[in-house]
Amino acid sequence: MSFPLILTERMTQHPSDSHLIQRYESTGGYSVMRKALGSLQPADVIEQVKTANIQGRGGAAFPAGIKWGFLAPAEPRYLVVNGDESEPGTFKDRQLLERDPHQLVEGVILSSFALGVNHAFIYIRGEYPKPARRVQQAVEAAYEKGYLGQNILGSGFDLDVTVHLGGGAYICGEETALLNSLEGRRGEPRLKPPFPAVEGLYAKPTIVNNVETISNIPWILENGGAAFAAIGDENSVGTRMFSLSGHLKKPGNVEVPMGLTWRELIYEVGGGIRDDRELKCWVPGGASAPWFVPEHLDTKVTKDDVAQAGSMLGSGAVIVMDETTNVVAAAHRIVKFFAHESCGQCTPCREGTTWLERILWRLLNGAGRPSDIDLLLDVCDGISPGLAWPPKMTTICPLGPSAVSPITSIMTHFRDEVEAMIADSQEVANA
Amino acid sequence: MSMAVISDWSGPNQERARRLLDSYPEKRSAVMPLLYLASLEHGYLDAPGMTQVAELTGLTSAQVQSVASFYTMYKRDHVGKYLVSVCTSISCFLMGADDVLAAIEEESTSPDGSTSADGTFSVEHVECIGACGGAPAVQVNYELIEGVTPEKGAGLCKWLRDAAPAVVLADEMQELFGSIRSFDWGSKEADGAVAPVPAFGPYGSAAKDGKS
Repeated sequence: MSFPLILTERMTQHPSDSHLIQRYESTGGYSVMRKALGSLQPADVIEQVKTANIQGRGGAAFPAGIKWGFLAPAEPRYLVVNGDESEPGTFKDRQLLERDPHQLVEGVILSSFALGVNHAFIYIRGEYPKPARRVQQAVEAAYEKGYLGQNILGSGFDLDVTVHLGGGAYICGEETALLNSLEGRRGEPRLKPPFPAVEGLYAKPTIVNNVETISNIPWILENGGAAFAAIGDENSVGTRMFSLSGHLKKPGNVEVPMGLTWRELIYEVGGGIRDDRELKCWVPGGASAPWFVPEHLDTKVTKDDVAQAGSMLGSGAVIVMDETTNVVAAAHRIVKFFAHESCGQCTPCREGTTWLERILWRLLNGAGRPSDIDLLLDVCDGISPGLAWPPKMTTICPLGPSAVSPITSIMTHFRDEVEAMIADSQEVANA
Repeated sequence: MSMAVISDWSGPNQERARRLLDSYPEKRSAVMPLLYLASLEHGYLDAPGMTQVAELTGLTSAQVQSVASFYTMYKRDHVGKYLVSVCTSISCFLMGADDVLAAIEEESTSPDGSTSADGTFSVEHVECIGACGGAPAVQVNYELIEGVTPEKGAGLCKWLRDAAPAVVLADEMQELFGSIRSFDWGSKEADGAVAPVPAFGPYGSAAKDGKS
């Protein structure tokens, strides 16, 4: 497996100072920005990003170049970097923010130049003070060098960057909730359309991209979109950061090319299951994703292959559970998260996630009823009609349907365990 | 708009407030960072602090309260000197976070969601804090420790009580009470800026201002 480390090369080679501007520049950083601002047109930059065919790395995997193409011509326009990484199991952006913030800042400059943006925002979740400090220091260093501010390097291009800290609300990772939050409002998602590219921040055309997506932009411009598109699998290109957690021998972040199999990702990259136990199941793309079981081990890790198998690659968070795992307890913990993080706007989500959490809690605490399986599925159906994947929506955003995924997962793969838990409850109740 | 409304704030934080209001195309956007500053100044986010932020941003107090109450990190009640947040979301749960929380509750004498009688600790369970590769994870005043066991969690509380550090540094706590990490942290933070009110990230360091 031979591939370039696009995102983590510098921090791997220079662990002590990859976050500092001196190291960034001594390893080639900011040179492609000089070239772009000096001799390229914005359309040239957009063309390379389209050629690269990079899918957004935040969860939806929408091609970034196409998203950029939707940006309405009205001015001013804004770029917002989504660093509100909060999907359980996901911690890749934290590493990129902390360990190579200038890579992100250069990506912001290149993207803003391409999009005709003069004010960009980097929204970082509130629980990430160290990443926020590192990015703030990087932004200040870039201002000092004249890479940000007025008339950057004499190019006539102006760009200001504001680092904004969240307040501890998962929902702000949803792009329209994030924009509301950035406007100083409650982080409640907006109905789409209009999409942010038409009416975003302050109702102006706005592009919202994930930290990892923007961090790829300097490499794409340096090496060309075609070089990026040549890495990985034909339907999902480039490398990708995966956050491995749970019962693995080697949990942690890894950057690997797209297109491995799950077997390779879990048993080779992740080192296999702790204490050489059996793999029971895993969450393939963050807490919102339906679970996979060992029969999926030879499925390829690409957007399309995972979608065909009934789940999603999402945020790149892989949560592995071994044979000792109580899957009802695991599902409960994920549902509890969504119940806590529901913004409360939509009744199916606000009420549904709460009831799902309570019913699962009852099951776990020896008070399950035979009717609970149907009841759980009925509440799920109220949030996500037909329990289809991808979900049919009864809500403004996908948070509600996300709470359905763990329940359909345990009902599909481990229904016998749920039934046994209920039977035990009944025995105790009837004793 | 007059800065006189925050005349009880420290000089550096008044200056920060001024800069924050200039950092956004619309001053309403400064509400969230200003709420952190108000919390820092008053120890928690009290009603006068929210009123000050409302006046700075041209909103009503009700609008500011509406925003503040949406986000878990704006503490609208007294918080202990050390806010200990234990992640109990799925990845940390799988690695034993509930036992870590129990050990911390016992050692700190602060049940989940409460503040200890002496005001030293507030303990809370929190949803995912993005440290899943180093599960179970704990934060003290939002500074992170990865790979915490029940024993290490109890030890952390003892240390906080006995050593009573004026500021808590992630690198130091990680060395003393952590183990596996989500990734190589690289070098230590040169000036680990740490505030008693957490998440003060880009807006400066209380430690540097001598407020702690």
